[in-house]
Amino acid sequence: MTMTPTDFTPFASLLGGALIGAAAVAMMAGTGRIAGISGFAVRLLPPYTENGFAGRLAFLLGIVLAPLLVGFATGSMPVPVIEAGTPVLVLAGLLVGFGAVWGNGCTSGHGVCGISRLSMRSIVATLVFMATAVATVFLTRHVL
Amino acid sequence: MTILLQFVIGLLFGLGLVVAGMSNPAKVLNFLDVGAIPAGTWDASLAFVMAGAIAVTFVGYRLVLRQSRPLFGERFHVPTAKELDNRILLGPAIFGIGWGLAGFCPGPALTALGTGGQPAWIFVAAMFAGMAGARWLANRPAAPAAGPRHA
Repeated sequence: MTMTPTDFTPFASLLGGALIGAAAVAMMAGTGRIAGISGFAVRLLPPYTENGFAGRLAFLLGIVLAPLLVGFATGSMPVPVIEAGTPVLVLAGLLVGFGAVWGNGCTSGHGVCGISRLSMRSIVATLVFMATAVATVFLTRHVL
Repeated sequence: MTILLQFVIGLLFGLGLVVAGMSNPAKVLNFLDVGAIPAGTWDASLAFVMAGAIAVTFVGYRLVLRQSRPLFGERFHVPTAKELDNRILLGPAIFGIGWGLAGFCPGPALTALGTGGQPAWIFVAAMFAGMAGARWLANRPAAPAAGPRHA
C-alpha cells in the first residue's frame, strides 16, 4: 500500500478548521440550515421534495471552486494526492455516499455541526465513523 | 440573494478544507493511520481541524440560535431526532470504511474535482450513486409482513 508522508501542520489546520466553522455558523445564521455536505449533495438528486435546489447547488459549487481561489491567491493550485486506484475509489465512493445518507450525515453534519450542538446522535456517529476509518486504515496499511 | 450567500459560504467552507489540508486524501489517511505512531509518520493535523471547526461552531451556534429566525428564512432547521437507531450506527460504520479506504469524505471530494483529475471524478460519481442507493432503500415502501402475525 502506497503511503505519501505529509507534514504536521497544526496552525494551518486550526485556521482551516476555524474557516469551516465560520462557514457552518454563517449557513445557520443566513439560511437556518446545518452545513452538512452529504445532506446538500443528496438533495441534488431526484425525487425533489423541497425547494431551494439552486441554493444547495450554489453552496456545493462554492466548495468545488474554492481551490481556484487558493490557486489565484498563492499562485499554485493545491493538488490532492490520491493514492487509491480505480476499484478502491469506486468502492470507497459507494460506501461513503451510502453510509453518509443512511446515517443522516458525514464529517461536516455530524462531526462539526452535530458535535457543536452536543447532539448525542452526532457524537455517537462521529465516534463510530472515526473507529471504522481508523480500523480500515490499520487493516489496509499494517495487516493486509 | 440566498443563492449568492450560499455560494460564498461554500467558497469559505472549501477554502477551510484546503487551508486545513483536509482536501488532501494522503493527509487524511496519515491522520487515520494511528498504527504509524511508533514509526513517527502519524500526521495529527486533522485533530486540529476538528478542534478549530468545533470551537467556532460551538460558540457561533449559541449566538445565532438565540435569534428568533435566520436572516433569510422563516425558522431554524435543527435536527430533533434523539433515538440511537440502527441507522445512526450502521450508516457511520459504512461511511468510515469508505473514508478509510480512499481518504475522501464528501466535502474534500468536491474540492478535488478541479485539481484531482479523473480519480476525483470517479470517487464523486460513485459517491452520488451510493447516496442514491441509500435514499432509495430508505424510501422504498415497507415490505409486506411475511405471513399472518396472529392466528
